[in-house]
Order: sequence, then C-alpha cells, then structure tokens
Amino acid sequence: MRETDPGYVPPKVMPSPILSASAGLLASVMMVIAIVILLRGHNAPGGGFIGGLVACGAYVVIAFAFGAKRSLKLLGIHPVTMAGVGLVLAVLSGLPSLGLGIPFLTHLWSDVPTELGVLKLGTTYLFDIGVFLVVVGSFTAFFFMFEEN
Amino acid sequence: MELVLALGFGALVAAGTYMTLARHTLRMVLGLSVIAIAVNMLLFVAGGIGTTTPALIASGADVAAPDSANPLPQALVLTAIVIGFALLAFALVLAYRAHLALRTVDTDAMREAEPVEEGGR
Amino acid sequence: MNVDLLLTLPVLIPLTASALCVAAWGAMRLQVAITVISSAALLVVSLILLMAVAHGAVLVTRFGDWAAPFAIAFAADRLAGAMVAVTGVLGLAVAIYAMADVRRIAAISGFYPLYNGLLSGVTGAFLTADLFNLYVWFEVMLIASFGLLVLNKTRDQLDAGMKYLALNILGTLLFLAGIALAYNAAGTLNLADLAVTLQSGEQGAVGDIAAWLLLLAFLMKAGAFPLFAWLPASYHTGSIAVTAIFAGLLTKVGVYAIIRIYTLVVPLEGTLLQPILLVVAGLTMVTGVFGAAVQWDVRRILSFHIISQIGYMLLGLALYTPYAIAAAVFYVVHHIIVKANLFLVAGVMAREGGSYDVRENGGLALMTPFLAVLFLVPALSLGGIPPLSGFWAKLMIIDAGLEVEAWILTGVALAVGLLTLFSMGKIWAYAFWRAPAGAVRRTVGWQRMVPIAGLAAVTVAIGLNAEPLVAFSLAAAEQLIEPTDYIAALLPPEGAAVAEADQ
Repeated sequence: MRETDPGYVPPKVMPSPILSASAGLLASVMMVIAIVILLRGHNAPGGGFIGGLVACGAYVVIAFAFGAKRSLKLLGIHPVTMAGVGLVLAVLSGLPSLGLGIPFLTHLWSDVPTELGVLKLGTTYLFDIGVFLVVVGSFTAFFFMFEEN
Repeated sequence: MELVLALGFGALVAAGTYMTLARHTLRMVLGLSVIAIAVNMLLFVAGGIGTTTPALIASGADVAAPDSANPLPQALVLTAIVIGFALLAFALVLAYRAHLALRTVDTDAMREAEPVEEGGR
Repeated sequence: MNVDLLLTLPVLIPLTASALCVAAWGAMRLQVAITVISSAALLVVSLILLMAVAHGAVLVTRFGDWAAPFAIAFAADRLAGAMVAVTGVLGLAVAIYAMADVRRIAAISGFYPLYNGLLSGVTGAFLTADLFNLYVWFEVMLIASFGLLVLNKTRDQLDAGMKYLALNILGTLLFLAGIALAYNAAGTLNLADLAVTLQSGEQGAVGDIAAWLLLLAFLMKAGAFPLFAWLPASYHTGSIAVTAIFAGLLTKVGVYAIIRIYTLVVPLEGTLLQPILLVVAGLTMVTGVFGAAVQWDVRRILSFHIISQIGYMLLGLALYTPYAIAAAVFYVVHHIIVKANLFLVAGVMAREGGSYDVRENGGLALMTPFLAVLFLVPALSLGGIPPLSGFWAKLMIIDAGLEVEAWILTGVALAVGLLTLFSMGKIWAYAFWRAPAGAVRRTVGWQRMVPIAGLAAVTVAIGLNAEPLVAFSLAAAEQLIEPTDYIAALLPPEGAAVAEADQ
C-alpha cells in the first residue's frame, strides 16, 4: 500500500528508551541555555528570536519523548495565547518613546545600580521577551497542529 | 566565486521550477521552498561578497572594523528566511489538510472550487 | 496629534487589536468588542491623518530615531492618506458585518486576530517608505489572508487555498528577487534614496531587471492579465465578510505599490514598461469582463469584475499624464468602496434567496425592495451610470485617454464599461426581477444592513458631489508626478536633519 492511497495509516513508532530517559535532562538544559541566550542578546550574539527557537527545541524534545499532551501541559498556557501576549509586550515596549514625543520603537535605557555593578535595564528587554514568547508560542502551535493530526 | 554563486542560483531556480510544475502538491510546495532558498541566496549576495569579518563593533570602539561584511543583507535575509519558514509551514499544513479532505494530491483533480461543469476554466 | 503618533497609530491600532484578540483566545465576545472598537479607532485616526495630508504636507516618521536614509521610515502624502482613510471606512464596515456573518467555527479558528492582522498589513503597506518594509507588510497581509481564506476548512476552501497560496508565494519570491537586485544596483532600500540613485542613471542593467521583476510581482498581486488565475480560483470560497475585505483591499495594495514605485522610483514615462503596461491594462479589462460573462455564481461574477476594474486603474497610471493618474487615484478609492459593498450585498442576497447562483434565485425585488435599491447603487456605480461615483471615475479615465489620443484603449474602456453593465443587468434580471423561485428567507440583522447602507451612502455622496474628490485626486497626482516634496521629506539635506534633531 502506497502512502498516496486512500486509507493509508502510517505505522506506529515506539519512542526510543534512550530518548525518554534523557529527554528531561536535555529539555531543562536547553531551557536554561535559551534564557541565557535571551538575556545576553542585546550586546552579544543572541536575543529573543534565537532564544525562543532553542526553547521550542526543549518542548519538541518533550513532545517526541512523552507525547504532545505532556509538552502542552508544561507550556502552561495555550501556545496561541502565549504568542498574543508576546506580541502585546513587543508593541508595549515601543510605546514609552511615543509618549515622550520621539518615534516609535526608540528604546529607552536606565542604569540601575546594584551590588555587582551597574545593571543596564532598557525597553529592549521587554521587546526581546515579547519576541521570545511570540516565537515559542507560534512555533509550538504549528508543531502541535501537526502532532494532533 | 561570483560565477559559482550565479550558477548555483540558476541551478536552484531551475530545480525549484521543475518541481513546482509537478502535479503532486507536496512536490509543488517543496519546489517553491527550493526557489525561496535560491532567492534568499540572491538577497544575501546582493550586498556584495568577499569579506568574512563579522560586522560586530568591538567593545570600546564606535564603529565596526572598516573591512567588515555588510550587515544589512544579513538582516534582510534573516527576515526573509523567517517569513519563508512561516509560509512553508502554513503551506505544508494546508497541503496535508487538503490531502485529508479531498483525498487526492493531484492538482489536476482538485476541482472543488472551480467545478468543470460550471464553465470553470 | 504629533506626527510620529499619527503615522504609527494606523498600523499600531489593528496590530495591537490582533495581539489582544490572540491573547483572548476563546473569548469570542471580547474579540468582537476589541475588533469593532479598534476598527472605529482606526477610522478616526485615518481621517485625522487624511486631514493632515490634504493640504499637501508629506509627513514622515523614522522608527527607532535612526538617521535619514538608514531608518525604516513611514511617510504619508495625499495618496497614502486617502488609501489609509478608505481602509478605515471599509475596516469598520466589514467588522460590523462580520458580527452577523462570521460563523462560530471561523471565529474559533481565529477570524478576529487574522482580520485585524490583515488591516495592519494593509495600512503598513500604504504608509511605508522602504522597499523591504513593504515586502514585510505584504507578507503580514498575505499570511493573514491565507488564514482567513481557509477558516471554515471546507473542501472548496482547502482546494482554493492551495492555489491561492502557491501562486502568491511565487509572487512574493519575485518581489524578493526584485528587492535583492534593487539593493545590488542602488545600495539602499529607502524609496526616496532608491529614486535618487536609480534615476542618476549609473546603475545599469541590474536596476532595469529589478524594475521588471518588481512590476511582475506587483501585477501578480494586483490580479492583472495574465497573472490573475489565483483570484477567481479562490475569492468566492471565503465567507462573505472575508471575501469583501479581500475584494476591497488586497488587489488594491498591489495597484498602490505599482503607482508608488512607478511614479517615484522608476517613473514610467518613456521607459519600455509603459507600452507593456498599456497593453496589460487593456487585456486585463477585456479578460476580466469576458470571464464574468460566463459565470452564474454572484461571487464569481464579481471576482472577475475585480480583474477588469484593475485594468482601468492600470490604464490610468500607464497613460501617465497628471489627469490620467488622478483618474487612477479616483478609481481606486471609488472601487474599494463599491466592490466591497457588492460582495456584502451578495451575502444578503444569498440569505434572502437561498443561493449564490443567480439562476436559482429570483423575485428579490418584490421580496426586499430595500435590498434591491441597495444593490442598484453599487451595481450601477460599477457600470458607470451617472450620477454615481463610478460614472466620474470612468469619465475621468476615458477623458484622459482621449486627451492623449489613445483611441483603441479608450474604446476598450468604453466597451468594457457596457459589458460590466450587462453583467450587473444579468444579476438584476435573474435574482431580482424574475418571479420568486421558492426562496428560503433567513433573518438579516442590522449588522448586515447598516454597513451596506453606509457604503452605498458614501457612493452616492461621492457621485453627487464629486468635485472635492476630483480636486483631491488631481492634487495627489501632482504630488506623484513631481515627487520632490516626498523625496525631500524622506531625505532631508544635512543641515535640515541636524535642525530637526535639535527641535
């Protein structure tokens, strides 16, 4: 029977025991790396987009090893809602500058003194976190759309 | 190098076009993505080739090194890749759904929206 | 209102609304409320923007406060202002219509986020002054439109979606290749900077090929001959609210891009592209109207008429006199209102009469005289009957054609106008005028009738008092043919930029 024939059912594949044993560790390491990439992103290679992709990898590993339901549960909220929240955050990050009468998306910075040195906090972080959420939300949404079928 | 890139672009577009002309929907979608790869390459090459120094500003300096690569095509091609990826993902989901609903992957047999007897093309 | 805010809001309002609708996934009433409120806000902002540009000012904002040619800029002249304003009008009208029209399955699959996303893509495309940014807005629009087209996931929608998707991705790739070559030739993507660099005449063949590829891509998006196959294959399968907003706005964004690029960046006059565009315009008019003649589904008849009407707009641009371009601008504005309205009427016709096929319909004139009047207004306007808006639009195009002695094309335009009237007559004679054919009447709420009546009122108002819009179109055309203000606003001379930064 060919895959184009009507009524073709793809064969079931057993998840590999090696994968399910290592998935938890792998996913948590990927998640930590994703957050590090997100936070270092403004001045060094990285950022919300790439961090988001790595985080997606974590959810996909869980989904391969234990099924999409488990992965969705880990995500906490519906992936589409997550993307929406991210988009709202990204838009919000551009608004303070408009309020000050300078063009949209002009990012503002403030230096917060801490014990370890000066922490530079800017609206770009909000933007990057927004992008991170959009990427995680939309990519996992696409992935689960395939998995559900 | 330019000749190699030009030939590669031509080969990719030719292969993509050939695949796009197929009647199998999946082949058609893959053909489009091959053309997309070729166009992304064109976009990347459009900014000029030669230097491989990354366009990063060293700490302490105000501008990037004078011989560094043009960062704009890199940004453009990254955007184009992301958009192309979204389109491809959507196209694959759609092709799959169409296969499930219409029970065919043959584009010639897809006459649901334009039935033959109604004077469709 | 400050300029940065005024130029950003037309995109920001629908974009935020889209994000909020996504965040409110599953809460349908909330999504409806967000959409209607944001569309109303978009209309208000777009009218303020129109007022700000009506006297000839070119407004510019540069995102992230970057310096002049490097920043992604939004700019609004008269044409962009008018297009955004019409988008605002249509956005609100269709949002209200959608309250009754969008079925639950479509709403759950994300109609409202996609609808708002589509509007933000359209306004972004109208306002941007950067070629690559134009591509990004085209993609926002395209992805939203893919989603909208297959919302109900019926068999015909999935079939139509495949064709729409494949051909539009191809158009997108042509656009992207054109951008690559334009960047290679000019080293910039800012429209004003591109205009200055490409017209200095040192870019050679690469710039020409870029101009050809971009024209091909835009013609495909506009649905011009012979690249329109995706349009009649797909438009009629969407729900009526979706089809109306597509018919009103999507192809017109392609037309807008052609008008913008081929007046500002590569002025059409005297190039090899002008005679080609003239021929394409003529063939688009003819093939569209003949395609409509053999159809019986109201939506398919109207879809083919979109194509033939695109021909008129292209003809106005291709003639390339100030008067002809003014005619094209007038035509675009008139057409967006009228064509979307006809689709909305078609939706009510199918509810009242039970079918989209005019042969299975009948007696609507007796059953709903009010609807009959509301059909006649946009239908006769499309056919070019005075004193409706379409009459002035066609008169201007034909007048402009006679002015430059383009006899054949003017004759074609006249003949196509008559055939359009014949098509509208066919719908009228079958669906409205015959004896009733066992109709299944279903309720038609105010949500459907108010937008139709409102858009019809706009058509009549333009028709009875055409003078202001004609004067506006002429002024807009002047700005397009002599884009010195537009270029100066986008590329301030060194001293001016510093002064601006000091303010």
